[in-house]
Amino acid sequence: MKPAQRALQKKFEDAAALKGTQRYSLCLYIAGHTARSQRAIDNLTRICRRHLPGRVDLEVVDIYQQTESNLNDARVIAAPMLVKQLPLPLRRLIGDLSDERKVLLSLDLSALEGPPSGQPE
Amino acid sequence: MKRKQTHHAPTGPVSTSLPKTLTGIAGLDEITGGGLPTGRPTLVCGGAGSGKTLFAMEFLVRGATQFGEPGVFMSFEERAEELIANVASLGFNLPALIKRRKVVLQHVLIEREQIEEAGEYDLEGLFIRLGHAIDSVGAKRVVLDTIEALFAGLSNMAILRSELVRLFRWLKDRGVTTIITTERGDGALTRHGLEEYVSDCVILLDHRVHEQVSTRKLRIVKYRGSAHGTNEYPFLIDEKGFSVLPLTSLGLGHDCSAERISTGILRLDAMLGDKGFYRGSSILVSGTPGTGKTTIANQFIAAACGRGERGLSFAFEESPAQIHRNMKSVDIDLETHVRKGNLRYHASRPTLHGLEQHLVQMHRLFDEFKPTVVVVDPISNLQAAGTAADASAVLLRLIDFLKSRCVTALFTHLTPFGGTMERSESEISSLMDTWLFMRDLEINGERNRGLYVLKSRGMAHSNQIREFVLTANGIDLLDAYAGPGGVLTGSSRIAQEALDQIDAQSRAQDLERKQRNLEGKRRALEAQIVALRAGFENEGEELLHVIQESQADQRQGLETRRAMATSRKQDNGHPVAVGILAAAPTSPRRA
Repeated sequence: MKPAQRALQKKFEDAAALKGTQRYSLCLYIAGHTARSQRAIDNLTRICRRHLPGRVDLEVVDIYQQTESNLNDARVIAAPMLVKQLPLPLRRLIGDLSDERKVLLSLDLSALEGPPSGQPE
Repeated sequence: MKRKQTHHAPTGPVSTSLPKTLTGIAGLDEITGGGLPTGRPTLVCGGAGSGKTLFAMEFLVRGATQFGEPGVFMSFEERAEELIANVASLGFNLPALIKRRKVVLQHVLIEREQIEEAGEYDLEGLFIRLGHAIDSVGAKRVVLDTIEALFAGLSNMAILRSELVRLFRWLKDRGVTTIITTERGDGALTRHGLEEYVSDCVILLDHRVHEQVSTRKLRIVKYRGSAHGTNEYPFLIDEKGFSVLPLTSLGLGHDCSAERISTGILRLDAMLGDKGFYRGSSILVSGTPGTGKTTIANQFIAAACGRGERGLSFAFEESPAQIHRNMKSVDIDLETHVRKGNLRYHASRPTLHGLEQHLVQMHRLFDEFKPTVVVVDPISNLQAAGTAADASAVLLRLIDFLKSRCVTALFTHLTPFGGTMERSESEISSLMDTWLFMRDLEINGERNRGLYVLKSRGMAHSNQIREFVLTANGIDLLDAYAGPGGVLTGSSRIAQEALDQIDAQSRAQDLERKQRNLEGKRRALEAQIVALRAGFENEGEELLHVIQESQADQRQGLETRRAMATSRKQDNGHPVAVGILAAAPTSPRRA
């Protein structure tokens, strides 16, 4: 194995090791307390509990309560919208998060890390 | 001379039922009869580079600056800085407007790679942001540019469509007049069929190139609840923003003046019913090269400026300096008027840009300078900038425009040598009120200029051909010699006139001689009459004498016979004696 290849593999292994320990910073924007907002909150808390136990900072923001500049800075267009602020890269996910597979993918969480999706808790 | 300026009354039918918002875009408010529907969304669709963003931006900026209506520009494509830089070239100072809280620029970035969709959502975030922006300045106008970007960023069509329907309804509820720009689709007005949702007003912008000349066109596809012009109207984007040109005025409703203005040439006025052209009429001066069309045009405009009117001259052949020099040679002083500021020249090559641009430039200059007299020299050159059909369409619009403002316009037209002279102008002649025709008269190895009035609506005009003479003291029109030898001009006219003079002289002498002759004859006759009368009187006296003598004789005889009868004691009842006595009884006795 060449040194370059070895270095690459090392990097990959480090990243894989880190994956399970990184803290997540998530922000969920909702538009008032509607059924859809509630659904998004429920879906997110379930996913966090299962896949990110104890290592997530979750903030739920009602866009009706926000100032114009906050909304502009956060580039809010749709609701509900989940923003993964950390770890980088920043990601935006819109919808009520009912598609768990897609949520996990955008959060860089492998479905294998926790109990397989779709199974009852 | 003070005349009421009829300023840009909207020529279209003005609806009273539907409230409209003036866009401030030159020409568009005429076509739409007062602007876009107030408080409703208008869809502006067009391909790439068709000017959608500028159109929307001008609507917003004019609203903020001219109509006191603040606006929100929500851009889904260009960043605020880019927008500001782009419209700065049109003279729009966006940063100042933003600072004065007249305009809000908001850039909404939607990047597909940053956005994932997982489940149901709505665009409430966008609504709230828009609502904030509207409230922050009290906006009356909103622009969403280009809404298609949403379709590129988001994949759930069902949600997107229903949200857009909701957005348009929401905008209506807020009562803001909105322009939504969209890309034009293949075979459809918009790529995503948005025209189905925005049904109040749809405007299509088009940019096409025909024979290497690009033309921008605007068409109002629909305008619910309002009459509107349905043609494709050419428009321009230049340093002063958008200008739409009404193709033709919708009606022929322009006022017409009975005022007459001088042509600047006394004898030409005389040919036109003694008073010259009607104010606000269109005059065509056509003729072959070198017949003096430009001179007539400049004399006309110089005379108008001399009366204190404002003249505007479009020169497509010569530079102003060259015109000044040439006109000086026939004693037409133009420079003084230019210096005084009531004469302006606009000289350009016709091929400098397309016909539409020429027309827009003309409109601009009219609005700026407000002339009462206009010269276009020559219009035949305009055909070089486009097809003949385009050129006459542009002319039609130009004439309509000028008439609507009661501007007297003189156009010169070059007729090529050969061919029927009248035919070449047939497509424009019907637009003209007065048509002066200049032609070469070629006789005896010299060429002279002839002028006649081919038509002149609404006045008794001369049917004579006049000889048109350019001298160092100006223009003169002479009666052409029309005699048994035909129409003569130039030196042959002068020669013929000399001949005629000699002829007339000898005829006068002849007449005098004959009169003298007659007088002599009359005198001889009178002398004869006197002599005859004298002879007759002599003879009469003699005859009278003879008659008296014979009467005396007769009386003598009777006396003698009576004496004889008395002596013979003749009976009184003798019939013969009685008869004789009865026949002449008294006269001798009386005498």
